Amino acid sequence: MSTITDPPQGPFKVSMLFNDTRYRSLTFQAIALVLLIVAFAYLASNLMSNLAAAGLNISYDFLSNPSGYDINQRLIEYDSQSSHMRAAWVGIINTLLVAFLACITATVFGVLAGVLRLSNNWLVSKLMAFYVEIFRNIPVLIWIIIIFTIMTAVMPGARSYLGEDPEADLLFGYFAFTNRGVYAPAPIWGPGSGVVVGVFIASLIGIFAYRKYAQHLLYSTGKLLPVGWPSLALLIVPSVLAYFIMGQPIGLDAPDPLANRFNLRGGIQIGAPLIALWFALSIYTGAFIAENVRAGIQAVSKGQTEAASALGLRPGRVMNLVVLPQALRVIIPPLVSQYLNITKNSSLAIAVGYADITATLGGITLNQTGRAIECVLLLMLFYLIISLSISTVMNIYNNAVKLKER
Amino acid sequence: MSDTHAHSVAFVRETEIPASPPPAAETGVVKWLRANLFATWANSLLTIVAIYVIYLILAGTLPWIANGIWNAGSLGECREILSGKVGACFAVLTERWPQLIYGFKYPTSEYWRPTLAFFLMLVALAPVLFFDLPRKLLIFTALFPFIAYWLIWGGTILTPILALAGFVGGFFVYQKFVKDSFALGAGGGALVALIIWVVGGWLIPDTANENAMLLAVPSRDLGGFMLNMMLGLTCVSLSIPLGIVLALGRQSHMPLIKGISVVFIEFIRGVPLITLLFVASVMLAYFFPPESTVDLFLRVVIMITMFSAAYIAEVIRGGLAALPKGQYEAADSLGLDYAQAMRLIILPQALKISIPGIVNIAVGLFKDTTLVSVISMFDILGMIRGPILASTEWNGVYWELLGFACVCFFITCYGISQYSQWLERRLATDHR
Repeated sequence: MSTITDPPQGPFKVSMLFNDTRYRSLTFQAIALVLLIVAFAYLASNLMSNLAAAGLNISYDFLSNPSGYDINQRLIEYDSQSSHMRAAWVGIINTLLVAFLACITATVFGVLAGVLRLSNNWLVSKLMAFYVEIFRNIPVLIWIIIIFTIMTAVMPGARSYLGEDPEADLLFGYFAFTNRGVYAPAPIWGPGSGVVVGVFIASLIGIFAYRKYAQHLLYSTGKLLPVGWPSLALLIVPSVLAYFIMGQPIGLDAPDPLANRFNLRGGIQIGAPLIALWFALSIYTGAFIAENVRAGIQAVSKGQTEAASALGLRPGRVMNLVVLPQALRVIIPPLVSQYLNITKNSSLAIAVGYADITATLGGITLNQTGRAIECVLLLMLFYLIISLSISTVMNIYNNAVKLKER
Repeated sequence: MSDTHAHSVAFVRETEIPASPPPAAETGVVKWLRANLFATWANSLLTIVAIYVIYLILAGTLPWIANGIWNAGSLGECREILSGKVGACFAVLTERWPQLIYGFKYPTSEYWRPTLAFFLMLVALAPVLFFDLPRKLLIFTALFPFIAYWLIWGGTILTPILALAGFVGGFFVYQKFVKDSFALGAGGGALVALIIWVVGGWLIPDTANENAMLLAVPSRDLGGFMLNMMLGLTCVSLSIPLGIVLALGRQSHMPLIKGISVVFIEFIRGVPLITLLFVASVMLAYFFPPESTVDLFLRVVIMITMFSAAYIAEVIRGGLAALPKGQYEAADSLGLDYAQAMRLIILPQALKISIPGIVNIAVGLFKDTTLVSVISMFDILGMIRGPILASTEWNGVYWELLGFACVCFFITCYGISQYSQWLERRLATDHR
């Protein structure tokens, strides 16, 4: 082993600040600190003099002033008399809404495409490779605009659905695709619908408990209980029974072509910008997730599958008990960073006029009040909080599933 | 052994019979089809669905492309020529070609300059991308930024020459002192370059741009796909050195340096690029000295460079972490100091590992340059959505234009990623 030489003795000299390892890192940090302070002071003094020249100051009072603009797509109460703060909240909720929706559909697209790309079927795997390459190599902003153009320029106007003898029929009698967005039926919650929902939630808990019990039984006694069909039955039967026993309390409010001469009435309207953003983000990120899924499945070595088969497991169980748990460990970290990307890319909403936080706080509010610095800082703060919280959760998860090495 | 065997057997074949052909279902096309398309009934179903999907796509696009009109003055004229048939109106591409590529304000008589710069770029990139080419070509690569700047922005040639002189002076000082100490070399080089620039800045007259050999073009007149390529190339090349510094900073044992790097990287990675572009367009001007005017192009380059540097830093950090610890220890045991160890031992290997990641970031960044259209810069997407679709002649020609943008980006990005895969195979020096 190496012996530690004694530090050189003697009086302190200035040159030791650079040549002596005991002081050198302190010197460098002191220099860095001074440079940092000087840089910040310089920027701050520029900022102060520029603001003074423009007659501005930094203040967040404008957030409580009436915003004076309308937002079509919103989930909470809002009108043009509400404050800028309220508008920002509408934006935040819209951002979270589109990010949430896109995460779900992107996962579905990605898993489908990733699994199909590994399929034995030559044509299907080539088709999926084509999908992945096309969508990965073209900017998401172009996809958003393409889908927005399809929604607004190709879809028929709401008028063609109207009247006794419309040019276009509602899909399944419930969905209308117009150039303003998609009209979908809205549920009507009648009296007694709470019971149905309660039964549904209870049956979900029941399924979970049953699966736990089956697993426990398997591990302790080796007895196999069927899981798939009972779960499905448990999911459907009690809720349907409750629905009919309570006298069909939940109805559907479908868009009605006859109620109005100018527009469809009833149901919920999902605006074209939301659809464009949602679909474009899902299909674009889906291509990336497909690659992650493929890499994850391929990362499980063939020996694992063969070993599982040699133990006599059926193909389904090989997948569920051996391959998937190992593949997921590889898939989930990049998957979560794709979710993070979706959330950040949802800020492109401003290009198609979807009222997310970037479009409300960073767009209209900024332009109306001229409070550029405050708005952009708040905007960054919001995205930073989202990103940091997701990555914290991610780190906790990573530590939980980390291979326990001896 | 007895020799009765030969007599007790009635017939012995003395020659090998020719191999019979394999069953018809097990050869050639049929076998391939059965194995790859119709292995099971579920597989056959998938195949049929896939064929139907392909048919739908081709039936939708092929006649549209085949009937395309390449010569017309407006969408109305296109429709007249097509007279009801389905067909694309590619005439918009031929007519607005210069706008799509150069933007709508770049002087028409000067189009040859960016074009020349583009071809020079290919020459300059070649020795960087392909190691087999003679290393002397790298001299041209080093000169390229200054030539390209002069070609695209025009104006007096003194500006790029001065910039070059600063770098050359700095480089000589660095070469002279780096043997003694890296800090002395780098610091002295930077100082000399700074002195040359400041002194030179006084010497160049303000009126130099007015009767220069090349017409000066302001940054706000740049546009089209040229703008995307310029932003992509500039920001990626600037962000690699910055990314290396940040990655080393994040690995550092000095808490302050490490803290600064971590905060910078995590902050940039936590916010979307569009907010950074907002900073560039509305906020950054407040942080410059009051009398200075920094144009939007430069502000955007600063922000995008910071953005991609944070991502590249993370990639390089991965490369640094992937190096075996023995490499660090070997460097230490040779008695190299930190700068020498990093320059000569660690970084060359770490960067080699990180090349695929860096290329990925570069592709992503190049795609993200379309975002500048949101802050009203007229890149290819901004041109399409703004001046071209808003014009009376071409109002409504969506698919041809968006398709053209898609083709531009697809060719570039797919090309880069194919190159990266080739490079990965090429650089694989481990024995697998």
